[in-house]
Amino acid sequence: MNFVALKMLVGDRLKYLGLVGGLAFAALLVTQQASIFTGYALRTGAWIRDTSSADLWIMDPQQEHTDDQKRMISTSLQRIRSVDGVDWAVPMFKGYMPARLADGRVHQIRVVGLDDATLEGAPPGMQVGSLADLRSDRAVFINRTDTDKKLALRSADGTTRPITVGDRIDINDHDTVVAGIYTKSSEFFWEPVIYTTYSRALRIAPPERKQLQFVLAKLRPGADVAAVQKQITDTTGLAAYTRDQFESITMWFILIQTGILINFGITIALGFVIGVLVSALLLYTFMLEHSRHFAALKAMGASSWRLIRMVGLQVLIVGAAGFGIGIGGAAITGKFFAGGDLAFAMVWQIPVFGAAAILCCCLVAGGLSLIRVLRLEPGIVFKS
Amino acid sequence: MTTTTTSPASRNGSTSPGSPLAVRCKGVTKAFGAGDTKVVALRGVDLEVPAGELMMLVGPSGCGKTTLISVIAGILDRDAGDCEVFGIDFQDLSSGQRTKLRGKNIGFVFQQFNLLPTLTAAENVAVPLMILGEGRHDAVKKGTELLGRVGLGDRGKSLPSQLSGGQQQRVAIARALVHNPKLIVCDEPTSALDHETGHRVMELLRKIASEDNRTLLIVTHDSRIFSFADRIARMDDGHIEKIARTAEEIYGSAAAH
Repeated sequence: MNFVALKMLVGDRLKYLGLVGGLAFAALLVTQQASIFTGYALRTGAWIRDTSSADLWIMDPQQEHTDDQKRMISTSLQRIRSVDGVDWAVPMFKGYMPARLADGRVHQIRVVGLDDATLEGAPPGMQVGSLADLRSDRAVFINRTDTDKKLALRSADGTTRPITVGDRIDINDHDTVVAGIYTKSSEFFWEPVIYTTYSRALRIAPPERKQLQFVLAKLRPGADVAAVQKQITDTTGLAAYTRDQFESITMWFILIQTGILINFGITIALGFVIGVLVSALLLYTFMLEHSRHFAALKAMGASSWRLIRMVGLQVLIVGAAGFGIGIGGAAITGKFFAGGDLAFAMVWQIPVFGAAAILCCCLVAGGLSLIRVLRLEPGIVFKS
Repeated sequence: MTTTTTSPASRNGSTSPGSPLAVRCKGVTKAFGAGDTKVVALRGVDLEVPAGELMMLVGPSGCGKTTLISVIAGILDRDAGDCEVFGIDFQDLSSGQRTKLRGKNIGFVFQQFNLLPTLTAAENVAVPLMILGEGRHDAVKKGTELLGRVGLGDRGKSLPSQLSGGQQQRVAIARALVHNPKLIVCDEPTSALDHETGHRVMELLRKIASEDNRTLLIVTHDSRIFSFADRIARMDDGHIEKIARTAEEIYGSAAAH
């Protein structure tokens, strides 16, 4: 009877395509939006993942995300270094500053200052130059994606050229020279990140009593991470997070504060609701139109269980086809915009989540239709 | 009207004492709704149909004909009385057993044919076999063979929409026969057909009944086919008023013509 169920389903091509289309749309909406949401969520922690091999990030306990400007006094570094279990600890500066390009345009940028001796916390890759070039006079590194976009230089005739090694940038009225171009993962925040040494960053930054943004610490082999975290907090009053913890704190702060969580949640929920409504409506209509045929099958001896299996198979087929097309569409969207600014990350959980959502759509739609089919009075076949 | 072959059953108003009974109903009542909206469809129907007989149930609309065949076929539960098909009371069976038994022993021919529009003629005929668990290929093969028997051997791969009304009804008849049921219940099998086609369909049904000793229970309004019946039962207001072997006996000579 599976054959009969399939032929009933695909025989009316328009309705079949409508059903598959409805579920495909729902699957596309749910998985695509979930992938973009995940993309943004992952971007919030991209800088942390890119930055260091350090075991702990130590910061002011009120720090809420990577770009929060709550600094510590410089003596904190020595106190952290003295905590038992800490192998080494280096300072890191991070702050927003105005940068004037050679063409006169001013950008808000983020300056990251790395420990002069170790350059610990450096970007993950260099496209032009080497990490040691950061120690040269007035040196800064710029990101590859900013060279021909945000930091591209405009000529008087309106043409632009990428900023490159040797070009100068005036940061907070301090002259700097591009000494290297680095690569990194896409971040949630959009201002260009310019790397320099810690001491140079402090010279460039406006003078403040507290200028230490982060301390990156490596633990001695065998040291208990939680114990060292507790000891740092007890000793200094500062927060000590592992990379995962800091990434999680940053992610949730941004997702909640920006409304991304709510907005994407609503869109995903709407996709699900639309999917349920469209598929339930179409499937119910499909069953309604075939009610005489189902009743005839009942009259001819098809049991309720057999009808349940038939409807179940029909629902599974449209569900699988719709989900396949939907998730394929979402993947193509991601692939198409992969080189652009679209945050898109289809982690393995998303197809699973999408399949579960579509399965729910199918169960609701199929359930409603099944009630109709099971309640069918086979006697209707005798009515004209 | 055309005269037809004689039946193995009695040609008078009563059943042959020696014939095994296909259907036996005694005092069957059935009502729908309750209170002010209660409609009594059957008011103590007594009916006996011997195996191999072609019996027609006639009467005005709403007199209970369809309700009666629904009760006989185990589609509806009766409220009171006894009703057996080949000695089995459907009401004594569970829903699953009833459905199984119906699928095995009863064939249906509907007024609106109720062919599945997306299945070919041969596949439609094969449906009862597939319901009984036969594999698709074997079932369709048997369906194709049976289509030949109803004169549609070359239309096995046609969809119902590609067939005329008469051809569709012949497919429906083949579907009702494919699993060799002992009882075939037909609801207005000729009402959607023109006179000539209806006549051919009835000839086919008549032939089936006489050749294979099947019992046919036909609900009809179509007086043009009364001559095919072994016996005619006239129903009115939920009970059987009269059973006779000809339309003349039922309605009187003038009315019958």
